[in-house]
Parts: sequence; C-alpha cells; structure tokens
Amino acid sequence: MTLIALLDVGLSHLGGAIGAGLAAIGAGIGIGQIGKGAVESIARQPEASNDIRANMILTAAFVEGVALFAVIAGLLAVLAK
Amino acid sequence: MIAKRIKYILAAVFSLFLIIHSASIKAQDTAHANVTENAAPAEGQLDPAKIIMDHIKDAHEFHFFTIENEENPHESFHATIPLPIVIWTKNGLSVFSSSKFGHTGEEEYKGFKLNEEKEIVFADPNCKDELYDLSITKNVVQMMIALIVLVLLLTGIAKKYKKGAGVTTAPKGWQNAIEPVVMFVRDEVAKPNLGKKFGKYLPYLLTVFFFILINNIFGLLPGSANVTGNIAFTIVLGVISFFVILFSTNKHFWGHIFWFPGVPLLVRIFIMLPVELLGVFTKPFALIVRLFANMVAGHIIILSFISLIFIFGSMSAVAGWGFSPLSIAFAVFIYLIEIMVAFIQAFIFTNLTAVFIGQALEGAHDDHEDHSHDHHDVVTA
Repeated sequence: MTLIALLDVGLSHLGGAIGAGLAAIGAGIGIGQIGKGAVESIARQPEASNDIRANMILTAAFVEGVALFAVIAGLLAVLAK
Repeated sequence: MIAKRIKYILAAVFSLFLIIHSASIKAQDTAHANVTENAAPAEGQLDPAKIIMDHIKDAHEFHFFTIENEENPHESFHATIPLPIVIWTKNGLSVFSSSKFGHTGEEEYKGFKLNEEKEIVFADPNCKDELYDLSITKNVVQMMIALIVLVLLLTGIAKKYKKGAGVTTAPKGWQNAIEPVVMFVRDEVAKPNLGKKFGKYLPYLLTVFFFILINNIFGLLPGSANVTGNIAFTIVLGVISFFVILFSTNKHFWGHIFWFPGVPLLVRIFIMLPVELLGVFTKPFALIVRLFANMVAGHIIILSFISLIFIFGSMSAVAGWGFSPLSIAFAVFIYLIEIMVAFIQAFIFTNLTAVFIGQALEGAHDDHEDHSHDHHDVVTA
C-alpha cells in the first residue's frame, strides 16, 4: 500500500507543479499582449508614453496577481498534508 | 482518426489512475503519513524546501547566519537576536527569551516546548489547558520598526512644512523625496477615483501606501522578516479596506447590487444578484491574495536562486563554485525586479482601494455616465 500512498503524494506534487506551469503560460501570454498593446500605442503617439506606461504597469500587476493566485493554489496542493 | 485514438488512450490512462487511486481510500491514513514523513531528506543532507520555508515563515528570533563547527555542532556560532516569548495561560503571563528553547528549539522550559511546526505547546502532552501565544516575533518587531520609521519620517516632514520650508521656499531634504510621492497618490489615485471627497480618504490611502511600501522594502533586506508575505498581515489590511469601503457605500450602491439596472428580470435575480453580492467580498479578497502572493513569490524566487548554489554544491564542489556567479547574477536581477514590485504592489493596493471606495461612493448618474469620466481625464491630464 505504500506504493499507492506514494502515488497519492506524487500526484499531488504533479498537480501543483503542472498548475504553476500553466499559470506561468497564462501570465506570459497576458502580459505579452499588454506589452504589445502598450508598445504599439507608444509608437502611434509618443507624447502619450507616460500615461501608457502607467496603465501598462497597472494592468500587468492585475494579470500577474491572477497568475500568482494559481501559484498559491499549486503551493497549497504540494504542501497540504 | 489519430485524434480519436489519442482520446481513447487518454480515457484509458485516466480511468486506470482513477481505479488505482480509489483503491487506496481507508479510514486510517497511516501509509500516507509514512510516505510524507520519509519525503524529507536524510539527516545532514541539504533540504532546500525547509530552508526556503524557514526564511519565509515567522520565527521567534532574527537569524542572520551560522558558522558551523564540524567537529562539535554544539559550538557552532549562531548570529541570532532572540526575541521575547509571551504566553498567557490560566496560570498567568509567562515572558522569557526564545533562547531558553535552545538553538535547535528542542529544549523544554517552564513546561513549554516547541513542536515540529515550531509552535509553542505544553511540554506535557496530556495538558489540555488554553495557551495564548502573544510573542513578539520577527514580523511584530519589523512592523514596529516600520511603524516608527513611518511616524517619525512623515510627521517630521509635516512639521517642516508647517514651519514654512517647502511652502514659501524650495523643499529641503526628505521633503524632496516624499512630496512627489504624496502628490502622486493625491493626483493619480485619490482625485480621479474619489472626486470631491478625496480629502476624507487621503489619510487612509497614504497610510496604507507607505506602510505597505516600507514593509516591502524592509522585507528585501537579508535577515529581515517577511511581513507583507504573511497572509495574516494582508488579511488585516484587506479587512480594514473592506470596512472603509463598506462604510462609504450609499443607497445607490446597494440599489445597484440588489437590483442591477438594464438587464432582463430573470438575469437580474438569478445571475446579477449572487454575482454582485459575491463581488462585494471578492474584491477585498483579491487585494489580500494579490499582495500576499506577489511578495511571497518574490521571496521564494530569490531564496531558490541562492539555494541553487548549495544544491549544485552538494553534488560537487566545482559545480557549486562554478554555478554561483550565474546564480548571483540571477538573484541580483530578481532583486531589482522585487524592488519595483515593492512599489507597484503598494501602489496597486492603494489604487484599487481608492477605485472600490469610488465605486461605493458613486451617486445617482443619468444615462450619460460615460461622459462624466471623460471630463475627469481632461482635468487631470
């Protein structure tokens, strides 16, 4: 039965790690899109670059917050007994 | 065709996992406990997970470094500042230094000892009395230091302004650093979101901004406590913001929650009502988890990069030394990002609190609600 128990623990660790990896993909895509939109807008109108930069950082923090929710969920999957 | 094959194979593998997994359900989970206890590495070996978690968790002492003595482990030099432990039981208050528990934390003192999770319990396992741990831990000390810095710095600067420096003359000293920040919070965070009532909320917004910022920055120093990465700290901040938001709500706000305008009746009752009610709670909850997760993730990343040196070092000394420049370069890079994240997270928390207060304060608006926001942008540009 220790094999089954090992499988349980292994599955929970696997789930946590895969979840964190998927969250990283989501964050990468999201923040990449934000960066793309911001850089294109600055290219169109350089004098607005300060406003655009402030909004970009704000929105990036939101997306990163969501990705870190998923990281916390992954950590809980690994650490909970 | 191939996709169908893959689907069948996936279904078969998944079912196999389910069958094996369901066969292990028992009343007493002894096998599981054996495995998780053996998951820790053997005595003396490197345990990076434990090192990282110990640095992130609260502790009863400030531990800076340890110079190991290979021959006689008891003579290792621990550079620590032990902090007072304060316990309230039915026998009264007990105050003593945490060094009484010994360097490994395994000694007993006055009937108390530390268990595996480093919590204070009675040494007698049969004792079921109430025990209230009110100790001054690392986080408490760092919060107090941040509080002293906050009060001294900001009231000192305010006194200078009262005397006229920076009002009739150019700003001097710390005024140069703090004035742009305060102006930023007032003009970019408070005024756009709160309109005319920004004066009532500006003290709270500035307090929360500077408190989170100072604790974030202190948490980056080696050896300091991880205050903002502690869920208890962020929960308290989030709950205070929640009450500030709640006390600024008006009838119009609750009218929108319970009777959302502009949607069909069934959608209004069965979808918008639960969603809007939940939304009142999820917004502060997101504030809490966002700050906590960002800070703790940053600390874990920095600690992991440094631990990588030792993980490689335990494989071979050459690998350890060779990898260390790379690891230190990564750690410095992440450190710089974490300094930026410290400012950004303080700003985000303050900004979102202001946005939610603004949403709660909103008065009755006519159909041209979008145009009123445009006026804000023109004025503040």
